[in-house]
Amino acid sequence: MKKKLIAAVALAVLYGCAGEPAKEEPKAGVEERTPGAAQKPAPAVRPPAAAQPVTPPRVKIDPLKDPSNILSKRSIFYDYDKDEIKPEFRPLIEAHGKYLAQNKGAKMLIQGNCDERGSREYNIALGQRRADGVKRLLLLMGASESQIESVSLGEEKPRCNSNTEECYAQNRRSDMLYSGEY
Amino acid sequence: MRRALQILAAWLLAVSGIAQAQLTIEITGGGANQIPVAVLAFAGENALPSSLTDVIEADLARSGRFRAQYAGGVDPLPTEPAQINFADWKSRNTDALVIGQVARLADGRFEARFHLLDVPKQASLGGVVFTFTQAQVRATAHRIADFVYEKLTGERGVASTRIAYVVKQGPRYELQIADADGQGAQVALASREPIISPMWSPDGSRLAYVSFESKKPVVYVHSLTTGQRHVVANFRGSNSAPAWSPDGRQLAAVLSREGGSQLFVMNADGSNVRRLTTSSAIDTEPFFSPDGRTIYFTSDRGGSPQIYQIPASGGEPSRITFDGGYNVTPRLSPDGKTLAFVTRREGRFQLAVMDLANRQMQVLTDTQRDESPSFAPNGRMILYATELGGRGVLSATSSDGRVKQRLTVKAADVREPAWGPFLAN
Repeated sequence: MKKKLIAAVALAVLYGCAGEPAKEEPKAGVEERTPGAAQKPAPAVRPPAAAQPVTPPRVKIDPLKDPSNILSKRSIFYDYDKDEIKPEFRPLIEAHGKYLAQNKGAKMLIQGNCDERGSREYNIALGQRRADGVKRLLLLMGASESQIESVSLGEEKPRCNSNTEECYAQNRRSDMLYSGEY
Repeated sequence: MRRALQILAAWLLAVSGIAQAQLTIEITGGGANQIPVAVLAFAGENALPSSLTDVIEADLARSGRFRAQYAGGVDPLPTEPAQINFADWKSRNTDALVIGQVARLADGRFEARFHLLDVPKQASLGGVVFTFTQAQVRATAHRIADFVYEKLTGERGVASTRIAYVVKQGPRYELQIADADGQGAQVALASREPIISPMWSPDGSRLAYVSFESKKPVVYVHSLTTGQRHVVANFRGSNSAPAWSPDGRQLAAVLSREGGSQLFVMNADGSNVRRLTTSSAIDTEPFFSPDGRTIYFTSDRGGSPQIYQIPASGGEPSRITFDGGYNVTPRLSPDGKTLAFVTRREGRFQLAVMDLANRQMQVLTDTQRDESPSFAPNGRMILYATELGGRGVLSATSSDGRVKQRLTVKAADVREPAWGPFLAN
């Protein structure tokens, strides 16, 4: 009995790891979720039958959530008052553009963000311009207009809350979120 | 069923009642030509749940146009004009006196009868009788203060007006409405997502604002009388920066539905949306001139964010601000002569005004993070958001920058103020 239980736990952990990478990129735009929701624990109790297979079932890893896949990265960062996409973020956006082109059923929301300096409404417009820039590049890679909505959260949803340059830099970003992630 | 629930939820939010945190007010500075006025305790006001005359005096002081004089040694206090020793008040350098009495009526209500007197002329400037309930003590005091203000300055007072603002406490956002002195705050809307840019309809019955409850900015109009609200702009992309036309029939707003952030005008119910600006730049923060003919807005079409104007019916925009690299959030005074806005100077965001006749600009504050200016309906004060000790606070300054007040809520961020219009009498 004890052995069975250990096996069940081991399997549950395995399931948990395969399905949900324990450490994901910090998800933007999901601050309202309860802490720890991203690391869903494996179900505590599994039916006894689950303890019997010797080899774990093959679980297809979602490329959007595979930490070793560039698609698991979702944020593009900017300089102050700027909306130019820096060269280091182009491969990331291009990878998502290709993914959208190959998965026509996938939908994306791009949320542009700003640091907290300046007018809230002007920052909405600046965040919109950042999000629109990402969208344009995704379309260039073959994604379709109907797959992507670009919006702005302005300075309203900072990832970091101190008045420091490091914080400001984290807050000046666009986040690419797929259906179900916002 | 779901719809019914939504309506119920909206209703619950609308009547969620008295706000927990009260604004507290602190006044600094003083105008040069303040009128010395003594507000004497009204006979019988002890019967009221709170003092009438304390509120009247505070209202007058807050306007920055009066200096409170005290009645030290005067006993008994006069309650009728015939009892006044004008020579004594003249020697105390008092220009105006407010005296009165309160009586309880048979039906449980109260009656306040007061007189305003011109001391140098030894003449009555008038008086009024107000009948009110226990719950209306402050409202009655505000009306008396406005009467005094108008008689002595020739302009309407704003003690009876209301302000709207957003309080952020932890993850909770509340759109609150309070009296102009920050008292009697009520929650109009509570949300776990940001609320920004509240704007009063010209008749004071509705607020337009931007809520992020659907994970993106959407413009709503919210009736303060019924608590009902409806979406007026929820197009693909972002919807923000609502502004009312002076007749209350139109709204200008910023939509990104056609790419970029551009100005649109629509009916107040969200119908008949038409595009006003066509630029490849950012066009945002529209604000109607009081005659409704011109819309002022912020645009970076010239390379940096500056203030422009455009005919409300469409046409060529022209640039208004040239001084500095960041001038945003244009708000016109009720007479249309002064433009308040936020300017960035050496990394500091400060409240400034411009006389539109001669384009002279004046920075009114020395703070770091000023935002969202809003004129009082008589044009004498500007309410704005700023930061103090890392927290959002509201400040108000006289339009000449001489008198300042600060409104804070304990342990919360206060922001996005909007001063409401005069109430119909």
